[in-house]
Amino acid sequence: MSDLQSQDYIRRSASTMTPPSARSHEDEVAKLIDVSRCIGCKACQSACMEWNDLRQEVGHFEGSYQNPNDLSPSVWTLMKFAEYENEQGNLEWLIRKDGCMHCEDPGCLKACPAPGAIVQYANGIVDFISDKCIGCGYCVKGCPFDIPRISKTDHKSYKCTLCSDRVTVGLEPACVKACPTGAIMFGTKADMKHQAAERIVDLKSRGFDKAGLYDPAEVGGTHVMYVLHHADKPSLYSGLPDKPGISPMVEAWKGVMKPLALAGIALATVVGFFHYMIKGPNEVTEADEAEGARALDETEKTP
Amino acid sequence: MTNTWQDIKNANVVVVMGGNAAEAHPCGFKWVIEAKIENGAKLVVVDPRFTRTASVADYYAPIRPGTDIAFLNGVIRYLLEKDAIQHEYVRSYTNAGLIVKEGYSFQDGLFSGYNEEKHTYDKSSWDYELDEKGFAKSDDTWQDPRCVINLLKQHVSRYTPEMVSRICGTPQDKFLHVCELMASTAAPDKAMTSLFALGWTQHSVGSQNIRTMAMVQLLLGNIGVAGGGMNALRGHSNIQGLTDVGLLSNLMPGYMTLPNDKDADLDTYMSTKLFKPLRPGQTSYWQNYRKFFVSFQKAMFGDAATQENNWAYDWLPKLDIPLYDIIKAFEMMNNGQMNGYICQGFNPLQAFPDRGRTRRGLSKLKFLVTMDPLDTETSRFWQDFGPQNPAKPSEIQTEVFQLPTTCFAEENGSLVNSARWLQWHWKAADGPGEAKSDIWIMTGIYHRLRELYRKEGGAFPDPLLNVTWKYTNPVDPDPEELAKEMNGRALADLTDATTGAVTKAGTLLDGFAQLRDDGTTASGCWIFSGCFTEKGNQMARRDATDPREQGIAPNWAWAWPANRRILYNRASADPEGKPWNPAKPVISWNGTRWVGIDTPDYGPTVKPSDGVGPFIMNAEGMGRLFARDQMGDGPFPEHYEPLESPVDNVLHPKVKSNPVARVFPDDRAMFGDAKSFPYVATTYRLTEHFHFWTKHALINAILQPEEFVEIGEALAKEKGIAQGGWVKVSSKRGEVVCKAYVTKRIKPLTVDGKPTHVIGVPLHWGFTGQARKGYGANTLTPAVGDANTQTPEFKAFLVNVEKTSAPPMTA
Repeated sequence: MSDLQSQDYIRRSASTMTPPSARSHEDEVAKLIDVSRCIGCKACQSACMEWNDLRQEVGHFEGSYQNPNDLSPSVWTLMKFAEYENEQGNLEWLIRKDGCMHCEDPGCLKACPAPGAIVQYANGIVDFISDKCIGCGYCVKGCPFDIPRISKTDHKSYKCTLCSDRVTVGLEPACVKACPTGAIMFGTKADMKHQAAERIVDLKSRGFDKAGLYDPAEVGGTHVMYVLHHADKPSLYSGLPDKPGISPMVEAWKGVMKPLALAGIALATVVGFFHYMIKGPNEVTEADEAEGARALDETEKTP
Repeated sequence: MTNTWQDIKNANVVVVMGGNAAEAHPCGFKWVIEAKIENGAKLVVVDPRFTRTASVADYYAPIRPGTDIAFLNGVIRYLLEKDAIQHEYVRSYTNAGLIVKEGYSFQDGLFSGYNEEKHTYDKSSWDYELDEKGFAKSDDTWQDPRCVINLLKQHVSRYTPEMVSRICGTPQDKFLHVCELMASTAAPDKAMTSLFALGWTQHSVGSQNIRTMAMVQLLLGNIGVAGGGMNALRGHSNIQGLTDVGLLSNLMPGYMTLPNDKDADLDTYMSTKLFKPLRPGQTSYWQNYRKFFVSFQKAMFGDAATQENNWAYDWLPKLDIPLYDIIKAFEMMNNGQMNGYICQGFNPLQAFPDRGRTRRGLSKLKFLVTMDPLDTETSRFWQDFGPQNPAKPSEIQTEVFQLPTTCFAEENGSLVNSARWLQWHWKAADGPGEAKSDIWIMTGIYHRLRELYRKEGGAFPDPLLNVTWKYTNPVDPDPEELAKEMNGRALADLTDATTGAVTKAGTLLDGFAQLRDDGTTASGCWIFSGCFTEKGNQMARRDATDPREQGIAPNWAWAWPANRRILYNRASADPEGKPWNPAKPVISWNGTRWVGIDTPDYGPTVKPSDGVGPFIMNAEGMGRLFARDQMGDGPFPEHYEPLESPVDNVLHPKVKSNPVARVFPDDRAMFGDAKSFPYVATTYRLTEHFHFWTKHALINAILQPEEFVEIGEALAKEKGIAQGGWVKVSSKRGEVVCKAYVTKRIKPLTVDGKPTHVIGVPLHWGFTGQARKGYGANTLTPAVGDANTQTPEFKAFLVNVEKTSAPPMTA
């Protein structure tokens, strides 16, 4: 969302240039969500809507306290509620604030074909730069957490920015500020890990033997971490991935396939040039427009 | 709250029962989390549903709605049987050893003195045995079978764990585990806090629910101490203020009572307020009643209230019935006895029990005035909104005046929070459109009425014509001026009897200790005296310094009474004046006076050896395990079934429900039975909304858009109800068609051997605002009032539920 400047970047989508890393002295930041003291009040959702000026339309009841019913271009964070009966037969209501995890190794950024549409700052925040986004939806496929959503209105991809605009000027993200129980914390990643360790000791003393930190190594760690009572089973928390992995297709695109694909694009350009030289420019008919609109509409219906 | 929000962090055990603090008080709930993290506290939740509070609890036990007294009487039995009480506290600070007079008895569900025709008690036998000096007799050895503790033991002996489980549906092991956790705080250095709200008040036995836990807290020595107390979490930013200034039909400001028509003159009225000490040397603070009363009359009528006219006593209204509560008011509308209604900051169509009854009542009025910042359902009761408000405007003659008002952010003023703090707030923006402040509107009505009385006379114009009205701007008094009026002033030079200090006439008073009964002081609300002194607006103070990091910041705003943050704090120290818990002292005796982090709730120089009890508002100076005549429905709490209940009262089948609950005959006819309405319903709030207001705000409407009910998986399966599917929930009084949330969080309870299902009915949706249209929970609820407060029984009633198809509009 926020476009700072190139010197802030450490990674940039679909680019061969190496960012200058001028901010390498900056600490990495992290948001720590202590699920064990979250009461699911949605103050974070409300604050996110206020700060980012987002208003989803008023929806319907869909069989849960989860509302709106999914993330969307206007819903960047969402409380998810899972009713879980534990081994002792007692109920636990596991409430988790869902949203972008800000992976150290971001699958969205890897998958993105638009130069500079997805960037990562020195502090670890992964941000979408809307004016460079082409709305292709590859970031959706690339994300191991099913976070980005493409807008039907402007065909750009949207997600939580970790309030990069606030963090840049020394403020905590809006959700952190609003959380009444201190369940959402923000600071350097090192401090947050330290905080988490203290919480885990407390949870273990209350009988949660498997309490632990969710900072999955599969994506190089994340800049949004959870303290979980059941760190051995993250999927209990409304499908938080046990082992989040970037899709092999995306890895392949960035690895083996990328040079081949680039060669393919180059070939297409050459062919296109000769086509133009021989046949002249293409005219877009109204039928073509209608067909295009229909195709676009269909892709948007499939998540 | 006896204590204060921040003080919750000092608790060792936090019990949330009769409330859902995380859901309804998310901001204050941070102190519960703080108690858990910083003090290793255990959070215990007892609730029919597994709530958001339960989601962060250490222990959860289910309970059938309306059976809290059975549960807590069971706890008392457990504490007494296991001897898990704080002995020295109970012995010195409660009435455990006082002797109850012959004549008091309890048999087959009724206390002595019951009048079957009038459904009331003659409470004269509910008192102590007095000696020749008029003092209560006592037996400090607790041997006398008539002493309170022995009568209590006998009273609760029926509430065995088996019986508790049979009535409440709580599994015995869970009940006993909760008992154990509570009992752990009988140690002098351990404390339990009780957090509750409308989950306890909205019952036909509401006051007794709270009283039973207060007794548990007295037995455990948890009243007056840091991290203890009975903490009513208020559901509205200023509902504490409403009761403080006496906005109930039978009250005057500061919990003084309005005279009734038997109190023909001031002396008769005062004769019932003497509260002579019942033990030698006790304080009995209400003996100052006359000072508070006369000062109030001076604030009301100024120079017109004189010694000669008994301080204008005759100008006060005298009640001809005990009170005109909301249930009564709508009863009168329906009977044609009340034909005009001014509805200020209130939405009865959405809030009062039995919505149909409310709509019919409003339809019979000549005029209705609504004053509200929002377009309330009440203002639109006459309009046809389809099944959610099936009104026929052509048949309704009521003339409706809808007056838009400013809201709290659009005016200066104070709000009184749960912790009794008066916090000043400042206007942030102008009100929209034609909105005017409530003060401006009411002032306008007053001036016009007074003018009419002046010109045309009338039956009894004196009170209205003699009200004093000396405001700088008489058509729009400044909130600061009104606050100063409540604080009070000296009307003549006052000389302090002990110090000789002189308070000049006209100066603002420092506190209610300066009030006099000779007409030389005025104070509109004695308990607020001290909030706005010559030092300035104390409510506007914003110094968060907390000297002991113990949750008491004496210079943040101002708390009534006397800026005291923990009521009864004398009881935080032992009889010699040493704190029970040296790690968390509140006040202590330093040899010459009481010192500490809070204003002592006690004479500041009264020596421990004087033996003055810590509960100085009570005539015996003690906490009451036996309530004397203070409760309408018994000096000990007893389990009565809700007026609508699926089972018999297994303790006394002939007296099933509270025999003195408030029920009008027409309303009794509207009760359903378990045959037609087999499920227990309970109503409540969700975090996403504040009552019926926030559905007018887009963000809140997005976060919880549409009406639903909560149904357990077992019942849903039995009834073929799908997750998110449509259901019809009906009571004898009406029906709601909405979606179902099929959940594991409500389990069937085994009550007296039979499975009992509970249906949860959130209450936020109506037919105005930005959220989707809803019927409102009060379509279903019965018009039953608690025997003491007349609070409606919204938390336990009977419904049926059936699967249905989507209504045409939303299909």
